[in-house]
Amino acid sequence: MAELTISDVTLSFGGLKALSDVDMTIEPGLITSIIGPNGAGKTSMLNCISGFYHPTEGTILYKGKQLTQASPHQVSNMGIARAFQNLELFSGLSVLDNLLLARHQNLTYSFFHAMIFVGKAARIEAENRAYVEDVIDFMELEPFRKSLVGNLSYGIQKKVEVARALTLAPDILLLDEPMAGMNIEEKEDIVRFVMDIQKERNITVVLVEHDLGVVMDISDRIYVLDFGEVIGAGTPEEVAQNPAVIDAYIGED
Amino acid sequence: MERQDLLNFSIPQLLRWRVGQSPDRPALREKDFGIWHTYTWQEYYTHVEKTAMGLKAIGLRKGDTIAIISDNIPELLFVAIGAHAIGAISAGIYQTSMPAEIAQIIQTLKVSAVFCDNQEQVDKILDIRDDIPMVKKVIFEDPRGMRSYYSDDWFTDICQLYQLGEARLQKDPDLFETLVDQGAPDDVCHLCLTSGTTGLPKGTMMTHRNYINMGVRITEVDPLDPTDEYVSFLPFAWIGEQMNSFGVAMATGICINFPESVETAMADLKEIGPHFMFGAPRIYETIRSQIWLKIDQSYWLNKLMYNTFIKIGLEAARFRMAGTPMPAWLKIKAWLGKQILFRPLVNQIGLLRLRRAYTGGAALGPELFTFYQAIGVNLKQIYGQTEITGIAYMHRDGDVRPDTVGKPLPGTECRISEQGEILSRSLSVSPGYFELPEKSEALLEGGWLHSGDAGFIDDTGHLVVIDRVSDVMHTAKGEMFSPMFLENALKFSPYIKEAVIYGDKEDFVACLVNIDPVVVGKWAENRGLSYTTYMDLSAKKEVAELIMEEIIGINTRAEKKHFKIHRFALLYKLLDMDDGELTKTGKIRRQFVQKRYQNLYDALYNPSVTQQEVTASFTYQDGQTATVNTRIQFYTVKGH
Repeated sequence: MAELTISDVTLSFGGLKALSDVDMTIEPGLITSIIGPNGAGKTSMLNCISGFYHPTEGTILYKGKQLTQASPHQVSNMGIARAFQNLELFSGLSVLDNLLLARHQNLTYSFFHAMIFVGKAARIEAENRAYVEDVIDFMELEPFRKSLVGNLSYGIQKKVEVARALTLAPDILLLDEPMAGMNIEEKEDIVRFVMDIQKERNITVVLVEHDLGVVMDISDRIYVLDFGEVIGAGTPEEVAQNPAVIDAYIGED
Repeated sequence: MERQDLLNFSIPQLLRWRVGQSPDRPALREKDFGIWHTYTWQEYYTHVEKTAMGLKAIGLRKGDTIAIISDNIPELLFVAIGAHAIGAISAGIYQTSMPAEIAQIIQTLKVSAVFCDNQEQVDKILDIRDDIPMVKKVIFEDPRGMRSYYSDDWFTDICQLYQLGEARLQKDPDLFETLVDQGAPDDVCHLCLTSGTTGLPKGTMMTHRNYINMGVRITEVDPLDPTDEYVSFLPFAWIGEQMNSFGVAMATGICINFPESVETAMADLKEIGPHFMFGAPRIYETIRSQIWLKIDQSYWLNKLMYNTFIKIGLEAARFRMAGTPMPAWLKIKAWLGKQILFRPLVNQIGLLRLRRAYTGGAALGPELFTFYQAIGVNLKQIYGQTEITGIAYMHRDGDVRPDTVGKPLPGTECRISEQGEILSRSLSVSPGYFELPEKSEALLEGGWLHSGDAGFIDDTGHLVVIDRVSDVMHTAKGEMFSPMFLENALKFSPYIKEAVIYGDKEDFVACLVNIDPVVVGKWAENRGLSYTTYMDLSAKKEVAELIMEEIIGINTRAEKKHFKIHRFALLYKLLDMDDGELTKTGKIRRQFVQKRYQNLYDALYNPSVTQQEVTASFTYQDGQTATVNTRIQFYTVKGH
């Protein structure tokens, strides 16, 4: 069964259709990429999945449950995490605190437990710290554990953004242009992380990305959007040979 | 038991003895997932035991060699000492080595198994798989990214190795102890690559007794308690790390701490607060630059305090190092400086508990000694070669003289040959190079270790090292000078990261300078100078003027007239190991650099040339290369 089924989704802002009749299926355990020119509706699609926008028409089903009208925190509690294109971190907090904060829904102890901080509260805090440390190790952020996020370079902040999403222990990870503004070396680094996230942590990845080379290399399945419509879908090879896609990217003579 | 008796043990036997002494004391500590995990001596031994049996199970036999390419982690010691226990030999390879280089080393040293810490190293081995048919197994520690390798039985996870070892132990519980008993102190246990400023690397054969003798002798001079801490951050392939983990730790029972990653080593050092540390000059240069940079960025009160007290500290350090009594007033001021400024400062770097810091591997500028002594870090020079287990000469506390390398360790004899070469003899001298009988014979001619360094013993019994016998240069007039000495004088400037001195058979001394990107970058920023790359920054006229001032200062302090630097140029790239310009321990490969920059050399010695178009080429760590065209300026030093 598909992890995430998107059927006939249309998103309109007044008269402007950001998405029209989009159909997508995200299969579990794969890297699915959404590509397309600027303004094609890629980020709108992610916003619909993650609950920031609600589609005007159509449905989004996640493991058989309706996501269409769910709010962002409900979506994230259901196991869909998102790393943003523009960093959404607390720049005045350390990397560790940013990541610990992302675990807040797992902090189930009461205010009074927290006051005494023995038994349950201490145990839960330790469990969450252990989880966060696992993610820090995975994303190789050890040197920056105690650094304020605002003082880190852009490339590292991007990694922290991805780490924050991973800290939610998601089943699906939505990555919105994780490689934007990076140099080749940093890109190669992130590509390796994306592949490891899929293969070693068994997380389904939905990737929105501009860099066609990267997308073609690592995706299992690609959807091409143009002006809010799906103009091509399939494996990288199929998409690369699709005339509509070539037109959209290279343009007509 | 007397300390001398330790010399009759092999390393695994000594480890077993340590377990008997203090099974529950921490022996190793590793930071992982943000927490320090401890291995007691008992656990250390158990891990070595199962690793040894695992190695036996995968077919490693007595006399076989296992290469280790790994960052410093406890498993590295388990594998090395596990191999020693079954009579096999370990060999360290630098983590920064390129695949072709690794293949060559594996072929030369006849390696039959390889231990790697992570995918990066495993991939390199995979690259050269066809060239190294003698390698039977590749063992890796971190399973990250190895998913596609599990189906290939050339690779083994360390956990699998442990399981194999445990199974073997159950079948034959006494086998390990028997094998350990069979070890003899004079067996070769490790092949250490010599850094090789020239030519191909050689494998220096090291025996158990070489290491243990070194550990016992050095701690006769500078005792260590079993409660002392050591932070392991030097590359294991370098003798400097082996002598601590095989020699000093086993001889004294100190605890070895492994940092979380190479990048976090300095932060982890601060958490541990080691009691002694050992490093190449570069580490001390870097720490000093960081102190200067931080002070420079600090607010006015801090700067004022620093500038006031550092002068007092330096003055007091000169008295202390010379061993002459200080005037009372200076003593009071120095004490004030220590309490107000230097103790907190040193604590910030994590060196407050440090009793002694050693520098070796290359010469350190005299000014650096004074600087560290001024801030209260007891920095001492050690001297030795890989072939004498790293250390044979050392400064004694309270007798630190920046221009010497100190006195021989107990049990070390020293002699200067008629050609002025330093010769030594001790129990730590290696039996020779692996399968190079002629080179070994030359090395150990007449029973003395030939160091290849020129030097002399001064009136106070201190050894003074001039330079490599082959590196000492003469001007056209036949006046002798040591390029290394002049390079160190240049490198003491915070703005100069590296320098290459020329002048052999020439009329004057000239040099290529590498500016320090961090310090000069900050300097440029403060003056509103914008720049893009290192190349761009190096080409700035203002930067050249800054370096000109520094060189004029060095020239005025030069002891002899022919030491003065007449012409210089700022090199457009940092000298780098990946380009083959530096050895793995950061020494300049002089001949190679000379050849590579022959056009610049010619221009330096042609005073009519003021600038030249050049093509710069770079090699990246993965072997890719790039070229860029640029223009380089040549400057003649004023007032000369």
